[in-house]
Amino acid sequence: MVKDLSIQELEERFQEKINKDIKIEPNDWMPDDYRQTLIRQISQHAHSEIVGMLPEGNWITRAPNLRRKAVLLAKVQDEAGHGLYLYSAAETLGADREETIDDLHSGKAKYSSIFNYPTLTWADMGAIGWLVDGAAIMNQVPLCRCSYGPYARAMVRVCKEESFHQRQGFEIMAHLAQGSPEQKAMAQDALNRFWWPALMMFGPNDAESKHTLQSMKWKIKRHTNDELRQQFVDVTVPQAEMIGLTIPDKDLKFNEKTGHYEFGEINWDEFWNVVKGNGPCNKDRVETRRKAKENGAWVREAALAYSEKRQNRKSA
Amino acid sequence: MNKELFEYVLRVGDDSLILGQRLSEWCGHGPILEEDIALTNIALDLIGQATNLFEYASQIEGGKRSADQLAFLRFDREYRNLLLVEQPNGDFGDTIMRQFLFDAFRKPFFERLTFCTDMQLSGIAEKSLKETKYHLKHSSEWVIRLGDGTEESHNRIQNSLDSLWRYTDELFFENDVDASLLNEYHLPILSDVKQEWIKNVENVLNEATLTIPNNNWQFKGGREGLHSEHLGKILAEMQYMQRAYPNMEW
Repeated sequence: MVKDLSIQELEERFQEKINKDIKIEPNDWMPDDYRQTLIRQISQHAHSEIVGMLPEGNWITRAPNLRRKAVLLAKVQDEAGHGLYLYSAAETLGADREETIDDLHSGKAKYSSIFNYPTLTWADMGAIGWLVDGAAIMNQVPLCRCSYGPYARAMVRVCKEESFHQRQGFEIMAHLAQGSPEQKAMAQDALNRFWWPALMMFGPNDAESKHTLQSMKWKIKRHTNDELRQQFVDVTVPQAEMIGLTIPDKDLKFNEKTGHYEFGEINWDEFWNVVKGNGPCNKDRVETRRKAKENGAWVREAALAYSEKRQNRKSA
Repeated sequence: MNKELFEYVLRVGDDSLILGQRLSEWCGHGPILEEDIALTNIALDLIGQATNLFEYASQIEGGKRSADQLAFLRFDREYRNLLLVEQPNGDFGDTIMRQFLFDAFRKPFFERLTFCTDMQLSGIAEKSLKETKYHLKHSSEWVIRLGDGTEESHNRIQNSLDSLWRYTDELFFENDVDASLLNEYHLPILSDVKQEWIKNVENVLNEATLTIPNNNWQFKGGREGLHSEHLGKILAEMQYMQRAYPNMEW
């Protein structure tokens, strides 16, 4: 049947399905650009989960008590799990997991720039959970309705766990903010360092975002970068006020008419520099992941050799 | 307070804590994503066991110190863990072999500890046993895979076995603490545990085509607070927050 239809007709039918909110499944026909856009987005998302393990992993061995250590371990483990679902979702589109990972290591594939900032104190575990996972939820909740079935279903599970991560981060911050002067200063310092990078997580302004329009037409994306960023600011500012921390933005004010917070200009120069590889930890993060793969090569080879031996023994 | 019981519970708790701490160093650095998840999961189980055991130890001590104070604020010579669990992660083979030798001990140990007459200890043993069975399955499978995998993996894991074997006698170390508790609490008899341990270890190593080293010089001391140089560094990292910011809630 496919042969009989022209590309144009196929694309029309595809867009009709999208318009009717019918999910696209791995074996359905899809435009090549749709496939490539999804592979790029899902694998970037997977890489972000995996690279994102490192800044928090940095504090597991120094977590201040048993409960915090266990919760942080569980959280970072969830992230590895998210990486796994997402690489699997990318595989349903024909992307090879190992090749995708090699693209990360060569610098060809990107991941969320937020993980190129260092985690300097324990309070950063709070700031990351609260702000970074908070921003991720804003981005990801609409993805549960994404037109591509496997991605949408993976996101349902991911979002449930992310909301737990966000709460644990906020709880760390709230605890510190009510603690000793040193603890409160530590919390404020973490907020100061992570606030702007968290706003940058939503990507460039709509006018600068080259993928947004097409992605919205395909219902991969449901809201623009600026809409999501505004939503994040509106939700997060009152939370900071509630625990007595100050958002590091002198231009921040509530607009009674619009019901939204107005906020200062993001340093886009910094944003693009970190994207290009000039962030404080870009080199370290990728190098660490590359080394993990390299140091584990003999393990993967052994596992493969062993399973082949077993197969041969069985068939012999 | 029952000093001997306190000491006994600390031993088990310290083994879990220090190995959990070591394994959590792997987070984000595993050879495959699945193993990053598995090692983190095992670390999480061990930290959970340590928490239960320190909470109980705190109770035995009459609440003098909290579970966190026991975990984070003792000095080096007060930790009672085995030398085996404080050994560095090394490569993935070293970590797996350390885990296997330990899991193979922990399973028969916890099985017997479920019969102890102290209800809290037997309850903790029961919960920990479920986890340990899974840990042992995981580490045994990897020992076999690496031992019977490639020439490189075989050599590497044989080296791991050769260097870790010297810490295995200590698994069955007993002193006055054991002697005074054994009958009253119906605790595991470590010579029985050893019999089961050696049987299981030999089976797995055999399947993995690995050989128990001839050099059988053995180290001990951990159970009485005499550790390797590694413990001091583990504690420096683990205790950092509690030492730098004393008496604070987190």
